[in-house]
Formats: sequence, C-alpha cells, structure tokens
Amino acid sequence: MTNHWVDIKNADLVLIMGGNAAEAHPCGFKWVTEAKAHNKAKLIVVDPRFTRSASVADVYAPIRTGTDIVFLGGLINYLLANDRIQRDYVVNYTDLSFIVKDEFAFADGLYSGYDADKRSYDKSSWDYARGDDGYVRTDPTLGDPRCVYNLLKEHYARYTPEMVERVCGTPKDKVLQIWDMIASTATPDRAMTIMYALGWTQHSIGSQMIRTGAMVQLLLGNIGVAGGGMNALRGHSNIQGLTDLGLMSNLLTGYMTLPDEKEQDFEGYIGARAQKPLRPNQLSYWQNYRKFFVSFMKSWWGDAATAENHWAYDYLPKLDKPYDMLQAYELMNQGRMNGYICQGFNPLAAAPNKAKLGASFSKLKYLVIMDPLATETSEFWKNHGALNDVDSSAIQTEVFRLPTTCFAEENGSLTNSSRWLQWHWKGAEPPGEARSDLEIMAGLFLRLRERYRKDGGAFPDPVVDLTWQYAQPHSPAPEELAREYSGSALKDLPDPKDPAKIVRKAGEQLAGFAELRDDGSTASGCWIFCGAWGPTGNLMARRDNADPTGIGQTVNWAWAWPANRRVLYNRASCDPHGKPWNPGRKLIGWNGSAWVGADIPDFKADENPDNGMGPFIMNPEGVARFFARGNMAEGPFPEHYEPFETPLATNPLSPNQPQALNNPAARVFAGDREAFGKADEFPHVATTYRLTEHFHYWTKHVRLNAIVQPEQFVEIGAALADELGIGNGSRVRVSSKRGHIEAVAMVTKRIKPLTIEGRTVHQVGVPIHWGFLGVAKPGYLANTLTPFVGDGNTQTPEFKSFLVKVERV
Amino acid sequence: MALQSLDIVRRSATTLPEPQARGAHTGQVAKLIDVTKCIGCKACQVACMEWNDLRDEVGTCTGHYDNPADLSDQSWTLMRFAEYENPDSGNLEWLIRKDGCMHCADPGCLKACPSPGAIVQYANGIVDFHEENCIGCGYCITGCPFNIPRISKKDSKAYKCTLCSDRVGVGLEPACVKTCPTGAIVFGTKDDMRQHAAERIDDLKSRGFDKAGLYDPAGVGGTHVMYVLHHADQPSLYSGLPKEPTISPAVRLWKGIAKPLGLFAMAATAAVGFLHYLRKGPSETDERDEEAARRELEKTS
Amino acid sequence: MTDERKPGEIVRYDSGTRINHWIVAICFVLLALSGMALFHPALFWLTNLFGGGPWTRILHPFVGIVWAVAFLLLAAKLWRDNLLQARDRQWLRQIGDVIDDREDRLPEVGRYNAGQKLLFWLIVLCLAGLVVTGLGMWRAYFTLPVGLVRLASVVHAVCALVLVCAIIVHVYAAIWVKGSVRAMTRGTVSYGWAWKHHRAWFRDVIGGQRK
Repeated sequence: MTNHWVDIKNADLVLIMGGNAAEAHPCGFKWVTEAKAHNKAKLIVVDPRFTRSASVADVYAPIRTGTDIVFLGGLINYLLANDRIQRDYVVNYTDLSFIVKDEFAFADGLYSGYDADKRSYDKSSWDYARGDDGYVRTDPTLGDPRCVYNLLKEHYARYTPEMVERVCGTPKDKVLQIWDMIASTATPDRAMTIMYALGWTQHSIGSQMIRTGAMVQLLLGNIGVAGGGMNALRGHSNIQGLTDLGLMSNLLTGYMTLPDEKEQDFEGYIGARAQKPLRPNQLSYWQNYRKFFVSFMKSWWGDAATAENHWAYDYLPKLDKPYDMLQAYELMNQGRMNGYICQGFNPLAAAPNKAKLGASFSKLKYLVIMDPLATETSEFWKNHGALNDVDSSAIQTEVFRLPTTCFAEENGSLTNSSRWLQWHWKGAEPPGEARSDLEIMAGLFLRLRERYRKDGGAFPDPVVDLTWQYAQPHSPAPEELAREYSGSALKDLPDPKDPAKIVRKAGEQLAGFAELRDDGSTASGCWIFCGAWGPTGNLMARRDNADPTGIGQTVNWAWAWPANRRVLYNRASCDPHGKPWNPGRKLIGWNGSAWVGADIPDFKADENPDNGMGPFIMNPEGVARFFARGNMAEGPFPEHYEPFETPLATNPLSPNQPQALNNPAARVFAGDREAFGKADEFPHVATTYRLTEHFHYWTKHVRLNAIVQPEQFVEIGAALADELGIGNGSRVRVSSKRGHIEAVAMVTKRIKPLTIEGRTVHQVGVPIHWGFLGVAKPGYLANTLTPFVGDGNTQTPEFKSFLVKVERV
Repeated sequence: MALQSLDIVRRSATTLPEPQARGAHTGQVAKLIDVTKCIGCKACQVACMEWNDLRDEVGTCTGHYDNPADLSDQSWTLMRFAEYENPDSGNLEWLIRKDGCMHCADPGCLKACPSPGAIVQYANGIVDFHEENCIGCGYCITGCPFNIPRISKKDSKAYKCTLCSDRVGVGLEPACVKTCPTGAIVFGTKDDMRQHAAERIDDLKSRGFDKAGLYDPAGVGGTHVMYVLHHADQPSLYSGLPKEPTISPAVRLWKGIAKPLGLFAMAATAAVGFLHYLRKGPSETDERDEEAARRELEKTS
Repeated sequence: MTDERKPGEIVRYDSGTRINHWIVAICFVLLALSGMALFHPALFWLTNLFGGGPWTRILHPFVGIVWAVAFLLLAAKLWRDNLLQARDRQWLRQIGDVIDDREDRLPEVGRYNAGQKLLFWLIVLCLAGLVVTGLGMWRAYFTLPVGLVRLASVVHAVCALVLVCAIIVHVYAAIWVKGSVRAMTRGTVSYGWAWKHHRAWFRDVIGGQRK
C-alpha cells in the first residue's frame, strides 16, 4: 500500500478492482464502510462476479477476467480526452513533459526492440531523450509530439468506450458512469483510493494492470494524498514482510536486488542501482544504495565483509536467470533440481497445474516440509482416490515432515499491507514436537557450517563466515533478529558535521536508515526496517492509537517502514509551493523552514519547495513515471494482451499481430504451451478466488471454518446453468486441458454472461480452499485446472484467467 | 443460559408478575444489524460458536452461501443470502441478513412456553431460555413469529441466541457485535440504536434507497434486535423476514383466553353436576322398579 | 365371553369390555392431568405426578396412543348400539325431563339413551381431533409447517376441553344414576335398573332369554 488501511476512511471514492476486499480483507474493509458512513464516499466494484464487495457497492460493473488494462486504458483515454486530470499535479509531479527517444516506437501491439525467439525486448529505445547537459529533455508546455503526454494520449486513443464494451463486456453506460465518477476526483479536494489484490497480480499481464491503475491515480492527482493511493491488499498476514525481507529469489532485503551473472564487478553493481538524477536538483534517493548495501553485508558477514573484499560481494550468488517458483518446478520436472525445502508453503495446491507439480515432486530425491499442518504437498505421493490419484509405489521421493510452530506460538512482528511492523507476543506453547522455523533453520545452518568447517569444499566462506551471534545459536530469538534487521553501529559514529561529537556509540541501535554509512561502521539487515528497533527500544510494540488530527495518522501505533512514514509520496499531497492540495486532510506542509505535519515527510525535511525538487524522490527523475522506461518486461506503457487461455482468436487491440495475442514478453516453458487449452474445446472462461470463510488451504483443517463453508463448489451463472441443464446444488465437472475437478454447482444470478466481440462468453468461478486433507469435506485442488504461466515481470501465476469446460456429472 | 444476576421481569408459565420494582432506567438494550453494511463474512457466526461453545456439524454445500443450512441447537445465528434483481434500478442486489432471535418485547416463545421459568425476559429486554427448566415440548417454536428456536436432538431442549446475556450482564457487548469487522452490528441502548439507525437511513436515502428504514416491528411490541434495511417496505426480500410479524392469533387464543375459559368450563361442568346432585339427589332404582321388571319378565315368559 | 349373571341381574358388559373401558379411563385421566399441566401454568405442578415436566412431555403422547387404540377397540364393539334412532330425537326434545329426573315421561330407551350416544360420538370426534393434532404437535417425531402446528395446538386444546367436560358429564351421570357403576365394575345391572333406564333394551334382553 502507498497509503494504509485506516487512511481509506479519508477517501471520497473507493474503487475495488482486481480484488474483493470485503471477501478477502473483511477486517480492513471496515475502513471502506467508515468512508461510506462518515465521508459520504461512494464505492465502485468492477469484477467478473458480483462479489461480497459488490453487495455493499454503490455501483457494480461486470468485466471479463484479464481485460482490466482495456477498462483502465479506456479511462486514461477518457481523462485525457476530456481534460479531467489534475493538471498542476501531473505537469509538476510526473514525467508527462519528458521527451522520449525518437527510436522508441509502438506498432501492432509490439514495442520497438522485440525479439520473438527470445520472447523479450531490447529495451535500449525505451528511454528519454537527453539534452546536452546530460539531463532529460522536457517540454513543460506538453506541446512536443514526443513528450510522454502526447505518446500516452496516442497510445490510449485506441482504448475507446466501444472497445471496452467489446473486449471487457462491460455495458457502455456503466463504463461511462464509472469513469465519470472516477474523473470527479481529479479535483484537489477529492481523492479516490484503489484497492486491489490478486485479481490484478495473478495474470500474465498483472504488473501492467497495476501500473495502469497507478497511472490513472497519477492523472487524477491521487497519489501521495490522504484517502488516495494504490493500495495492494496483501493476502497473508506477513506477506508484505516476506517481500520486504527479500524472500524472492532475485531480491535482497529492502528491495535491493541480487546481481546477475554479468555483474561480477562490485562498482558496476552499485552504479547501476545508485542512479544519478535525471533532472537538476533531484534527490534520487537510491544514490544511497551503497550505504544500504554495505550495512546489509556487514549484518550478514560482519568482520568478514571488508572494504578490501568489496564487503564480501563475491559471497553473493550471481543469477543466470530468475529462480521463481515456476522456474523451480520446471527445473524439478526436468530433473535438474532434486531436493526441496518447503517452508510454510503448500505448492501442490498453491502453484499452477497440479499434474505437473506432482510429476515434479515425484522426481525429487528428498522433500522437506516445514509446516504446522499436514499439507497436501506433504502427501503428494499418497493416493487419495480421485482427488490425488497417484501410484505411490512409483514415487521414490523421501518426504520429511517437520512440524513448526504457528504464528500465535511465537513472538515476532508481522508486517501488514499498511507496511506496519506490528510486534506480537506468543499466545500459547507449541504442541508436541513442533519447533519454530527459526530453530529448524538454525539447526540446519549449524550442521551445514560444521560440515563446511570440517570438510572445506569449493567455496565454504559464505557459510562459514556468516554472522551468527545469537545467545542460543540453535535457537535465535525473534528479538535478536529484529534488532539485527533494524541495525546498529559497529563503531562509534562521529557526527559528519562535527567529528568530535559521537552520534551513536558502538553497539547502539540506529534510529533510521539516514544513519547508515558505506564505510562498514554500521550494520542493518534490512535498511527499510532501520529504526524499527531503535535506540529507544522496540517501536513495533507501540500501541498508542492517538489520532490528533483525526485523519487516522496514528504514528505512535507500531512502526511503519520506511522511517515510520504512513503515506508514501506524501510530498505530493502539497502543491509545488508546499501548501496542501486539500487543507482539510493535511498530511504534511512546508512551514517556511521545514516540512511538518501529521506524517513523516517523504522528502528532504528542510528542502525549500521552490528549489524544484520533485516529490518522487526514489526515482532519478524526481517525478512519477508514466513512461516506465526499461523497468517493465512488456513495454513502457501498459498494453492489453489476452490471457494465455483466451476465448478470442485475436487480440482486438492488435488483430493483425498474432504475436500480440498474449503477453509477448511472458516466459512460457517448452511443454507448457501444449497444455494450454483452446476455446473450441474449453469454451468457458474460469477464474479462481478465495472465500471469506477460509484462509488458503489452512482453515479446512479448522472445524469452525469448515462449518461455515464445508464443501467445494463452483459458481455458475444462471444462463450457463440453464444452457447445460445444471441444477443448483447438483454436481458438475469442470475440466481444463490439464485436468478436471468435480464440485457442487452454485447457480447464481451474480455471474452474468458477457457479450465479447459479438459472442456470448460465460464465466465460471472456482473457489480454492479445498483439498484432500482437513476436516472440511474433501475436495479437488483447484490448481488442477490452472495454466503454468506467470506474469512477465513477477512470474506470479495466471490463476485468474483460463479456459474450462463445464459439464453435468 | 444459566441463571445470572439479571433482573427477570417476565417468566414463562407463571400467573403473577415478577418483581418489577427495579426498572431498566438506563434504557433497555438493543442490537442493531445494519444489513446495508453487512458483507456476509460470517465472523458473527464463528464468534457465536466460540463464545457459546457450540460446534455444528460440518455440513454440505447446498448451492448457497448459507452454511450451516439452517439454525440449530448449535447454530444460534446464521447469515442468509438472497439474490434480488431490483426491477426499479435494474441492478442485482445481494441481500445478506444475519438471522437469529429478535428478542421481541412481546415474545411469542415466552407466551407459548408451558414450563415455568424456562423462558424469561430480563429488564434490559433480552429474552433468554433457561434450558434447565425446558421440558422440550417445542411450544416456543409454535409461538415464535420468526422461526428461531430449535430443539436439540442431543438433549431435547430448546436453544436460541441469548443476546449473550452472560456478557451483557457484566457490561460487555454480545460476541457477534464485538467481532463484526465492518461495524454492521452495533449494540447499545435501544434509544441510541434507533438514533444510529436514523443516521444510517439518511445515508441510504441519499444513495437512492428511498424505502430504507428500520425494522422494529410493532406487532411484537418492537424487538431488541433491529435491522436497517434498504427495502424496509419489503422485508420479505431478506430471506423471508416477515413483514408484519405478530404472535399468531391461534397461539394467542390457545395461550390467552382459552386457558381461563377452559379451566372455567371444566370447573363449571363439574359444579353443575354437583348442584344437580344436591337438588335432585341420586336417580335410584327402587323396589317398585324391580317389581315392575319382574312382572314384565313373568308376563313374557 | 363369560356369563357372570346372578339371579335378578342382567349382564351389561362382559369382562373384556370392562377392562378395555378402564384402560381407556385410566389413560384418559393421565392424559387429562398431564395435558392440563401443560395447558395452564396454575396446573403445572401436576407434572410432578409424572416425574417432572420433561417426563410429562415424553409420556403424554405415548399414553395418548394407548388411549386412542384402546378406545377404538371399545368403539368397535359399541358403535352399533350408539347409532342414533328416531326415538332418540324425542328423548332429546325432552332433555328437561331428563335433567329433572322425570324418566317416566321419556320414551323408552334402548341399550343407550340419546345422551349416551351423543357422548359416544363426541368422544369419537374429540379422539380423532386429538390424535391428528397431537401427532402434529409431537415434535420428537413429526415436523409440520408451523402454521399447522399452531392450528393443531388450538384444536387439540379445544378437543381436550370438550372431552374433559363431556367426561365429567359421563362420570357424573354414572354417579347420579345409581347402579350404573356396577355395570362397569361387576358387569351386571339389576332387572329393575334395566327396566327403569333402558326399558327397550331390557325387553330385548328378556325376549332373547325366552327364546
């Protein structure tokens, strides 16, 4: 979230799209009801199904799954064509005036530089034009035909309301009604929040859908303001913490990135990330990358990380390719990865194409499961009848089940969608032989280190030298780890302005990432968490909900990264001179000498606004980007591509270019394309989703949850049910090219047939949550149906759009 | 629920009033369920099961989100989902209502109950079942205009929502209110709840729900569980919420005038017989009758 | 059938009928007491006779079934004698004389007088009503729409009330008309009793003996 849960109450308009907040985030959804009840806010829901969120919405519109870019692209076109943008905001705070290289081009759904064989782009043309001074050329009048404004306008001119109706199936009058409501927030006194979740991320073009939403918010001046923002609703209580701490295969902590194999040179690695400003007097805060990185390396390798060995840069793996989960299962399937430690994860159910997953796990030598529950993955080898029809005798994988503690059985912090690190305390002792993940991982590490110490090996240093200074080496305390992530001074730190003065003594916790240094004198395991456990103690444990301004800025409740800042980009909540756009919901403001207010300024605290520093300080531009340059795999502007399984034969936006039917930059493994179904055989469009009553595949083990939602079902529109002669409550078979499930049919008016390109398209809803273990009625794993392909940038699987065939049983 | 230190103002199957000198001067309580804020998450169902230590069967899917499928001795509250195509707006509406005891001011269950003290009404308005006094006859079901009480198959006692009288008795809100994530369920004095409802209804009217209103049916003397409805003119849209619920005339007859009248009729019949006897004495067969019989016998033989 | 006739007596009920009658009678008393216990709060204490409220609720319908079956057996035997005849109308017209104990003015009566016959059919009617509605109210085994149960509850109460009143009349009549109780205890009545109260029947009987 750029903003935070409580802040949603400040919204004048709430758009829920690509998510179902009421269903999946009922507790956070209270802030939507607050906004409606006390701020006269209106709620818009755009979703393939009439959802629980839609049940309390002022306006609901249906949409074909996977076509959100068309809807939002049309909205961008509408806002630009009708000049319903917050002009002062976009001209000053975005790259609309930036001029793009002449080489950059877009035609027939493809950008310049496409290599069809590699399914990727040469992105060198995707950049701004530079002037003689080295800075990007701009045209503040927006008159230059090559400025981002005009390119954007041109790009989305094709996204007409008629096109939206044709592709999305959303009735045109609803489309225009919603666009008009959204456009009303282009004024400084009105804000819209966008709440999205997996309904946007789980597409082959998911990242670009989110970008399109963000672009809409920028045009309306809704980024950085109270009641605005792009708000990703994270599904798991600590999934935000997972990405923050770099538990992605290509990340280090705090969104620093692992080097790839071409980056053997330390300075080159830093230089590519610590970018110089693209415009005069911009902060380009990532210029501090070296401080964050060196402090991180000191945290991991302590004294072994020295200036001489580039802070142990060689200890880091250099990636030859991304090692996301789809890649991992592909490698297993090829027999090239043969051991797997599966920690708090149930991939047999949670990754796509169960058949491929089962085959992949069957090729492993060993599989270690760390989980509080008996997961389906831990029994992938066991025959559970039709639900898991495997021949156990043919599977040689050795499976180890290590029972772990549950979150309530340990201390620690959970990072919620609002980026708040909230400390929690153990509520119960773990049962039986369960151990915490920390203990299990520590035990594994200590044994590995012992072996490396004894036996040496090709390169034992990264393991042998790893910092491990916990009071009980076999059981690091959550408090110790929290202090380590936050960071401390390794030496006495002199004040840069007055070297005689010591600002932090050696060993003292640091107050924030501004204190980090690149000379090895500080350590911080995760720079964005720096200060969470500061010199005054554990700020995550704070529970003061005082809200002096009344706009929900409870800055003494827990601790938010970065720097306890609650609303990101909050400098953009003020006009170029530092006055709040909306004084009624002031986050910060310039008082003549400093930025002060209800939030921690996301800006240089004493920077006079008249010097022209832009509010998006993490970007070298200083402003927000409509033109993504080379940061996205598919192109600088989001373009609609059909899901990999689409009911259409061509992409209506580029009908003459077969390569632009699906995401041209998405990775498809050999063999998986053959497992994609076609509309003639699988005529119905399906989407998977979650239900309020359950949490993933956990709560089917919980009797209370099983009572309130006991048995697997699929949601089928009344029209399709009539067509196929399916009665409500009867059993149906839903099959895709990859397998089938059987479930109870829930025939509903909440899914209406859509008219797409003149044809009727039926959508089918497949809730996940059931499996062959637990106290709920046994059911099929829904991922039996889903295709093995992910987003072009994140590789998040396309769980939201695929083709099936529904039949009576 | 068990006995507790709540003032009982009415007990089932009693003929004289309960002690009433102490009144609820701070106001009677009410739970307000704002159907228009409810997202049907069922947290209230789970909280109810947790607080009251109830566990229903793991059932089946019947083609609806309603689970369990009906109220039971283990499910005292239940979300009921209804899909409604509004002919005026052309919009689909998903009307989700939390079903459960309405805690009528004039409770039909209490009226119908034959067992003294099995059903009570507290001064704060809560209608509570004391299962230790319940005989399992099911008359409460017959008496209830909302189809709420359920007889347990386990112990043949009647169960229903207690409005968490045990919590309310010590100054806490009911468990469902505490857990409701959207604030769709609120709790307080009935006056406050009416006022809160009025604000909500204003908001709904501003959003085009002209017929929004409060459901506090007068036919049962008002209820201590009230609904804010978008369509207060058509409560039956909400999974059959009765429009003008009253205690059935049959039940009123049966448990009203029939009781004294019946006793009177029986007593009167007996009294008439007694008086008749006093006036006329026995109708005896005397010697003359025997003689007449003998004569006739001889004549015929 | 055993003939227990002694000199000067006529057999009115054989032992089987008598036993049957008393089963019906005892069941009725149990039903009336338990029913009234649940009918009126002031009589709830009667549940103590049955072991408390739940036992009263459990026993009442089972006793009711025994009662209904026993009564139907009794009725199967007696219904022919209870068919209304032309002369019964005259008897009913003179109900004042009946109450006034002026039997001599009344038309001759067969085995049963019109009052007894009406009582018989009233009991049959009430029994039918009680059984049908009682099953409907028996929640342990039957689930009917609540509207029907409500109706059943009223009808059950009304039938029971009418029946109780009728049985009071029946019992009183037996007490009032001396020599009647013996018919149901010993099975016989005196010639004089038969001659006085059921002359037509008396004549039938002695006519039959003569043959």
